[in-house]
Amino acid sequence: MTAFLQLDLPALIGASFAALSCALVGNFLVLTRRAMVSDALSHVMLPGVLAAFMLTGTTAVVAMLAGGVGAALVAVGLVSFLIRTAKVEPSAALGVVFTTLFAAGVLAMEQSGIARTAFDVHHVITGNLEALVWPTATGIGSLFSLSELAEMPRALGRLAAILLLVAAIVALAQKELALVAFDPDFARASGLPVGALDLLLLVATALASVAAFESVGVVLAVAMIVCPPATARLFTQTLPAQIRLSCALALLSVFLGYAVATLGPQALGYDIALNAAGMIGAVSGLMFGAAVMYRSRTLARLSGRETLSLSS
Amino acid sequence: MLAPSPELDRAALIEADEPRLLVEGLSVAYDGRLAIEDVTWRPPVSGLVAIVGPNGAGKSTLMKAILGLVPAAAGTVAVEGRSVEQARDRLAYVPQRAAVDWEFPATATDVVLQGMIRRVGWLRPYGRRRREEARALLAEVGLAEFADRQIGALSGGQQQRVFLARGLARAADILLFDEPLTGVDAASEKIILDALDDQRAQGRLVVCIHHDLSTVADRFDHVLVLNRRVVAAGPTDTAFTAAALARAYGVPLSL
Repeated sequence: MTAFLQLDLPALIGASFAALSCALVGNFLVLTRRAMVSDALSHVMLPGVLAAFMLTGTTAVVAMLAGGVGAALVAVGLVSFLIRTAKVEPSAALGVVFTTLFAAGVLAMEQSGIARTAFDVHHVITGNLEALVWPTATGIGSLFSLSELAEMPRALGRLAAILLLVAAIVALAQKELALVAFDPDFARASGLPVGALDLLLLVATALASVAAFESVGVVLAVAMIVCPPATARLFTQTLPAQIRLSCALALLSVFLGYAVATLGPQALGYDIALNAAGMIGAVSGLMFGAAVMYRSRTLARLSGRETLSLSS
Repeated sequence: MLAPSPELDRAALIEADEPRLLVEGLSVAYDGRLAIEDVTWRPPVSGLVAIVGPNGAGKSTLMKAILGLVPAAAGTVAVEGRSVEQARDRLAYVPQRAAVDWEFPATATDVVLQGMIRRVGWLRPYGRRRREEARALLAEVGLAEFADRQIGALSGGQQQRVFLARGLARAADILLFDEPLTGVDAASEKIILDALDDQRAQGRLVVCIHHDLSTVADRFDHVLVLNRRVVAAGPTDTAFTAAALARAYGVPLSL
């Protein structure tokens, strides 16, 4: 029990907060067919967060968020400049901007020596869930002791703050974001500030990407943003239902993926642990794959029945 | 709301003979090519108006430019003497059905509620009263039993009626429809045309981009014949002529 509290509980909480933040914004990105934007944004988090760290010398939540959101805005500005002024094809513009900024981030990190202190390329890419530990936990009683809870990893506080912000944005602007996703022309004609709402969604996406950056890494951010909402979309008829199911699937991926990574090898007799973040991403991808297969089978069965009833 | 009641406003408008909608010298360019050029148009204060013209004549572009959805290269649009941005609540837009993804996770009621988004305000859900209002509008267009159906499971005509109900939910005095009768069955066409007649009877201005030239003379009071420029505009019996159509479409057409 103590080992679970010390090693597993903080990682599970952190991954859950990040996965929920990602899934919430992912619902709107998937509906507007902009899932790849999240991939781009999660990559530009690296130079953004790095710049914030270099300027302020801290990994405080405000600095990290400002760096991440700032980088997202710079990247989006560059992309739209390339599309509008230089007439570059949109997906090419997106690809060029985010890989270049990410590469610049990696170089700056290695050269500046920060890599040995607060950041590490490996952790940036595949996450650092294993670093979320609670060494002072002594037993179940620790959960009820304020002084001991205060020793929980700082990152959990940041992840909780991000989740609260993202959830507030999605809850308070849900009908507006939904209308802009469904019919932007009608939204604008009705007098909604469509540009500002797009920006709000961009900021929420940048926030979720910072959360992913802190826990599962930039490469898996897109898995956490896209897979649960895309899976939920296959099984739901209304947006609130899709959002609820995507959150449930995000949590399921976290717990299942973490369990497989930590318990799986032992159960098979190997004395190793798999990368938890990688396994969480893999599980969410497999879930989507299974959902697609289930759906296409159901559809095939339904259309098969139709053919039969027509021929009889 | 700052604006006085619609009834008073309408009376004042007719008295002052101020145009409800006034388009002056409007041009729109796409990639350096003019999609519409120097369009000056003053539709009547109320009634049913058809915009006709060949494919590529700029009919949708004109409607979007009136609504401020595409930037104008030149010219102005005035709604009751004000700019479009200041008069958003006087306008209802019903886009082409093909403009949206009908697989979107929403029910017919959800879509009609979108028409009330400005009346509900920020940070709040639509609420029970608005839901009932949306259901009543769906019943008006014959879709009471489809209120909770996902919109992708509706037929093309039913989807167009959902869009109509959403437009009516705007409670606006100027309604702009982009091809409301394209790809709909006879039952939907009758329901939609009756609803448009009803709006006209309430003193509203209803503008439709329309493809079926054979129904223009019967159904519409006014017409704008467009082919990038204004070819003819005015009451249907004077403006909707074989000569105007021949000039717009480039081939002689019988009426």
